[in-house]
Amino acid sequence: MSRSFDPSLGQGDVFQARVSLLQRIHIDGWLLLLLLLLGAGGLFILYSAGSKSEAMLIKQASSFGFGLLAMVLIAQFDPRFMARWAAPAYLAGVGLLLVVEVMGHKAMGATRWINIPGVVRFQPAELMKIFMPLTIAWYVARYNLPPSFKHLVISLVLVAVPFLLIARQPDLGTAMLVLASGLFALFLGGLRWRWILAALTAVIPAGFVMWNFFMRSYQKQRVLTFLNPESDPLGSGWNIIQSKAAIGSGGVLGKGWLQGTQSHLDFLPESHTDFIIAVLAEEFGLVGVCLLLLGYLLLVFRALFITLHAQTVFGKLLAGSLTLTFFVYVFVNIGMVSGLLPVVGVPLPFVSYGGTSIVTLLCSFGILMAVHTHRKWIAQT
Amino acid sequence: MPPAIRLKDHQRDKRLIRQRLLAATVFILLLTAVLVARMYFLQVVQYEHHSTLAENNRIHVQSLPPTRGLVYDRNGVVLAENRPSFSLTLTRERAGDWRQVLDTLMEVLELDSEEKDTYIKRIEQGRRPFEPVPVLFELSEAQIARVAVNQYRLPGVEVEAQMVRYYPFGEQFAHTVGYVGRINEDDLKRLDPVEYSGTHHTGRLGVERFYEKQLHGKVGYEEVETNARGRVLRVLNRVEPQSGQDVYLSLDIRLQQAAKKALDGRRGAVVALDPKTGEVLAMVSEPSYDPNPFVTGIGFKAYAELRDSIDQPLYNRVLRGLYPPGSTIKPMVVLAGLDAGVITPESTVFDPGFYQLPNNSHKYRNWNRGGDGWVGLELAVARSNDTYFYDLAHKLGVDRLHEYMTLFGFGRRVALDMFEESAGLMPSREWKRQRYRQAWYPGETLILGIGQGYMQSTPLQLAQATALVASRGKWIRPHLARSVGGEPVTDPEPLPDIQLSNPEYWEYARKAMEAVVHGARGTARKIGQDAPYRIAGKSGTAQVVAIKQGERYNRDKVQERHRDHALFIAYAPAEAPEIAVAVMVENGESGSGVAAPVARAVLDAWLLPPELEGPPELETDDMQADRQEAALAELPESREQHQ
Repeated sequence: MSRSFDPSLGQGDVFQARVSLLQRIHIDGWLLLLLLLLGAGGLFILYSAGSKSEAMLIKQASSFGFGLLAMVLIAQFDPRFMARWAAPAYLAGVGLLLVVEVMGHKAMGATRWINIPGVVRFQPAELMKIFMPLTIAWYVARYNLPPSFKHLVISLVLVAVPFLLIARQPDLGTAMLVLASGLFALFLGGLRWRWILAALTAVIPAGFVMWNFFMRSYQKQRVLTFLNPESDPLGSGWNIIQSKAAIGSGGVLGKGWLQGTQSHLDFLPESHTDFIIAVLAEEFGLVGVCLLLLGYLLLVFRALFITLHAQTVFGKLLAGSLTLTFFVYVFVNIGMVSGLLPVVGVPLPFVSYGGTSIVTLLCSFGILMAVHTHRKWIAQT
Repeated sequence: MPPAIRLKDHQRDKRLIRQRLLAATVFILLLTAVLVARMYFLQVVQYEHHSTLAENNRIHVQSLPPTRGLVYDRNGVVLAENRPSFSLTLTRERAGDWRQVLDTLMEVLELDSEEKDTYIKRIEQGRRPFEPVPVLFELSEAQIARVAVNQYRLPGVEVEAQMVRYYPFGEQFAHTVGYVGRINEDDLKRLDPVEYSGTHHTGRLGVERFYEKQLHGKVGYEEVETNARGRVLRVLNRVEPQSGQDVYLSLDIRLQQAAKKALDGRRGAVVALDPKTGEVLAMVSEPSYDPNPFVTGIGFKAYAELRDSIDQPLYNRVLRGLYPPGSTIKPMVVLAGLDAGVITPESTVFDPGFYQLPNNSHKYRNWNRGGDGWVGLELAVARSNDTYFYDLAHKLGVDRLHEYMTLFGFGRRVALDMFEESAGLMPSREWKRQRYRQAWYPGETLILGIGQGYMQSTPLQLAQATALVASRGKWIRPHLARSVGGEPVTDPEPLPDIQLSNPEYWEYARKAMEAVVHGARGTARKIGQDAPYRIAGKSGTAQVVAIKQGERYNRDKVQERHRDHALFIAYAPAEAPEIAVAVMVENGESGSGVAAPVARAVLDAWLLPPELEGPPELETDDMQADRQEAALAELPESREQHQ
């Protein structure tokens, strides 16, 4: 962006000359349109998956509306402002996770919530989904790319602490998403391929040694069940067997809206939350699934476009890792329901019932919009 | 030279990120292609398969419950087995209006309408869709026939053959093997829902409870395809369940029966241990009850009868019965005194018939009011002289007494594998401060020295303390199981052995205990007279009600249920112990007169070959007099409340 421009022009003049109304309120039109389409489609599917419950629909719609408000609000912040608050935000997030950990111990059971009755009730782990990429992007962007070994180690520690705290709750799905968001920022920051390869090649012999020399048979059994839930059809495998039957019986065109037998006869547990894609696949077939995937892909490509055109390294890393994490949601959820991946609790974005994930996801799109719309028309130094 | 300062190269950074974004885009496209391919595979390639499954309603997963492991005695006699039994199940999803079906069922089988709520509760406990829930157990042939004839009116009702636990010896092992019971809602919170998905019973008490995990086994399952009416069309996949492990107990059924016979219908407890291995050879709590009705669910009335019986058959006297150990702890107190150096094998105490603390007029009386004169260690144990032990306890003090008795297992759980064992009570200053907010009085130390006062122990603790004396302090926690699934039972956290400053002390305790049975003035000399082997023993009495100072125990005035409990501990052969026994007879009054013969019978049953069992006893006037004296010996004077 180091083009020359007339220094006598004020910033306001430039805006008026170049900027549309949407951009002035820091909203990206493409993203907004796609989000609204996906949200509407999600409600449509939820109506069927949730046994035509209007209360559920209203709740989901209001969560979506609230999320949109949060998105617009966040989009008003300058990314440079966000970078300044990355470190305090990270520390606060880890602190809240520790609070949950301690409270959970006191209550003699797992808890994920911070609950101040009448004031607020939320999961600190959800906050980390935003704070984690923010922190790593900020940290990596401070130095030359690619990150040196020292900075890499520090970044990995920064990622590991919240990951372990969340995994202990235990919430493997969220922990994995937080881990992914941090690692993606590192990846985009140019983490050297040979280190990535080295890490991957180290995992295989380490796993081999663990498996053969350290793990007891019941632990092996647990890992095997996790990797292949169908070996445990009385437990988590039940869901997979039923969801595969639901998906497969949908065929190319599906059985039609509200006509899915598997989901409506209560064969499919969790049909309105994590396993909702099975309802879509049963009722709208392969065509429906492909349309939904197309929607997600368009959203991801628009976000990648924003990433590519972001002005600062920090903005690029932040936007990029949020985008890739979003895709992980989609891939892990559909992969899990169709029996490709182990069962971890990851919702299908904007479709699964549940306000928390919708609000968090819309917040991350708010950040993308902020990155795209707060542009400075001066040469970078 | 200072390190070169590297300026930020934005163009280079941007290039790098652009490359990475490109790589990420390729990954995203690839992974999306994988998802589409997977969906294509499921929805197009496998469409027929899945659509048939969904259409025919579908796949069911049925759990195949594992066969529960068996429980044997040490000779391989089965104590707990599984027997096929017919039960009636109802599948809610197939029944339509299941309450209607239940009404029909009750009418067909002419069931008691009062039990209806129980059945409804059972049905509502169903855990997963299409799971058949057992409603009735042990159907008779006639009931099965009636259900078959009326099957058209009873959708979702099926008669199923199941394995149900059976205890062939009934009440003989209720307090050791325990029993299994139907899984209830509390159990569901505790048990793994997957492992127990096909199981209807879980261990409630005893070995069945303690070794539940090993006995239960691993669940199997069957994926079946059924039609809309629930009939199995074909089995798609089957994984066999793994049977539970068998448990071999160290109990010997012959010894168990001999002990029960020796108690001769009296209420009481007998524990026999092998001091070398810690194995429990016999464990009897009388009266007992038949565990079999508990397996299928005992009726309310029958249960109330057991629960409210004055004889308390449900009460496990061996593990949970708490009694003051009385004079039976004297051998251990002697060892404590020797080790602490407050007495020596030679030291003596003069017994005028009572003991007095300095500056206190209260008289702590010996049971023999006339006094025994100069008393040394051996005579003190053999005659159960209280004065000697008042003096010993006073010199030892409560702190050391507490410490030594804890080493012998008093006041803590001693068993390795028994469910709901009571820890008993070994009082200390600290305990009294917390419990009563009072200081410890010196007088309390004295009566603690003869096993009275606050102290409470279980018959199992007495047997273990005896085994410790027999094995010279070798600590092996008593256990019922010898092997589980073929593996010998081992103690994961063995307790340290009792180390005395001079190992010779064990010999003094043994000799003193032998003098109880074989000595000329021993309290239990009657059982030693014709014994073909040497017995080391000690009698004791546990008082049930307190008697005022200055009043004497008068058995005629005391109601039968308030009479003292008789105690006896013994091991034999004295020089190479093979068995240690503790006997408690409720309201038996005399340790040497009532409990000692029971102990002798148990020792005989274990040590003598069956055909050589002792000759019939001859009653002589002489012996009768002895018995009276011996009975008297067990009436401790400390029954006077000293405060």
